[in-house]
Amino acid sequence: MHNIRFTLLALVAAVVTFAVARLIDNAYVFFAGYVVLQYVVLATAWNILGGYTGYVNFGTAAFFALGAYTSVVLHKTVPLLPLPVMMLLGGMISGIIGLGMGYLTLRLRGTYFSIATLAMAVVAQTLITNWNFVGGSRGAYIIRPAESPLFAGDYIQYLFVIMLLLSVISVSIARAIQHSRLGYGFSAIRDDELAAEASGVPTLRLKLIATTISGGLMGMAGAPLPYYVTYLDPASGFSLSYAINTIAMPLIGGTATWFGPVIGAILLGTLQQLATVTISSALSLLLVGLLLVGFVIAAPKGIVGWLSR
Amino acid sequence: MSNVLLTVAGLGKRFGGFVALSEVALQIVEGERLGLIGPNGSGKSTLVNCLCGTLHNDSGQVTFGGRKLNGLSAHQRTRLGIARSFQLPRPFPTLTLAENVRVPILYTANIKRGRVVADPRQRCEELLDLVGLLPKANDKPADLTQIEMRKLELARAMASEPRLLIADEAMAGLSHQEVNDILALLMKLNGQGVTIIMIEHIMRAVLAFSQRLVVLVAGRKIADGSPQDVIRQPDVVAAYLGS
Repeated sequence: MHNIRFTLLALVAAVVTFAVARLIDNAYVFFAGYVVLQYVVLATAWNILGGYTGYVNFGTAAFFALGAYTSVVLHKTVPLLPLPVMMLLGGMISGIIGLGMGYLTLRLRGTYFSIATLAMAVVAQTLITNWNFVGGSRGAYIIRPAESPLFAGDYIQYLFVIMLLLSVISVSIARAIQHSRLGYGFSAIRDDELAAEASGVPTLRLKLIATTISGGLMGMAGAPLPYYVTYLDPASGFSLSYAINTIAMPLIGGTATWFGPVIGAILLGTLQQLATVTISSALSLLLVGLLLVGFVIAAPKGIVGWLSR
Repeated sequence: MSNVLLTVAGLGKRFGGFVALSEVALQIVEGERLGLIGPNGSGKSTLVNCLCGTLHNDSGQVTFGGRKLNGLSAHQRTRLGIARSFQLPRPFPTLTLAENVRVPILYTANIKRGRVVADPRQRCEELLDLVGLLPKANDKPADLTQIEMRKLELARAMASEPRLLIADEAMAGLSHQEVNDILALLMKLNGQGVTIIMIEHIMRAVLAFSQRLVVLVAGRKIADGSPQDVIRQPDVVAAYLGS
């Protein structure tokens, strides 16, 4: 019941957000807001594995880009497919890759696991770069429809709404997990896998669940990307900055709760958008680095941890 | 003869060329208190790990409650009713004591026999009360003293409602009074029907607790019998004091 009520509240917040954005009536608000929301989804998805379960994934960009490239393939083969369906399929592809990554946890823990995820991202990028059908290293052009299919407005508004809904879904999932039996199991794995097994926690199965959900949500977040950027090449889809931002946001917000990644993503995402417009896009990454160093020193448990001292 | 709960037959475990356990055989009946002793490196913890599924034995067979355990993972064995406390306490540091105990309730007690603990919160409190940690239910393990940590370890093991509890050096490093506390606790659990294997170096505690004593030396069982007889056996004396 609590979960349903929370989701309804989040939906109300989403409607208000959209209404405010419509009132401002500036296309840039939707362009910038989309990126921030995309990071809310990515950070929340990352935190299910990294924060709850304790396995740090450096391969966010791979899951994200595979979702995006699924859309590219679908756009070329079944162009009439509605975007939400493409997102589901993209999420499934990335979810399956996530499941595969989950089996890595059998042998690899800590830093070794993280390095393996990074390596996996490089492998995925190499494969896509050499796949001519999706444009190879030249990239793929996607022509974005002009009008939103749902309501009167620009297509970017439609993308914004889609990402807003996906944020509500991801955050609801993350919150539901945190307060569930699954959440206790994840925490036990993060704290001590051997003791978790001895307490009856099926660690492998739970880790597979975590990597699959986390990867799947990242793929769904990436699926609308080709329509947002209209030109997608491997270098930008697999950009390391996705991985770095996605790790930095939960760390800054706090990894222990569902709320931390949301605050981190909104704060850091907005700051980056502001810095990109006012100063330079290169500076936005520097900003992440500086904030990260600052938080590691001053508030290692993130904003949420600092507030609840 | 009462019901045999655990049977170990021909158990062997090697680490590379080192033979940690060889041809270990032993039986435990339901409700028994068994003491397992042996010098450092004699294979006690390896035996525990093979019983609990943390390690897999290379040869031999473990049967628990009529079920062969070979190939079952640690969490499956916990669900069958084997619980352990670790030699060095391994609490979940980011969870409160109540949450520490809640994990096995959610993952073991709730799953066994298809029933659900009606009120996990109340069950957590009962368990913490049993070991005297109820006032600290909302603290983190980092705030605990050594003995409290051992008690938490036992409470967490009990939360899975085991039929067999393996206490791996639950008293090492504790003071005289604290040893008595843990002893009393283990006796209480045994009184509730839990079969207990105690692995211990503190002879006073082992002798006070055990109905039967098993001695491991260099991976082999060299003695098995009533405590008073076993400690007088010449090869046991030799293993501990040298010949």
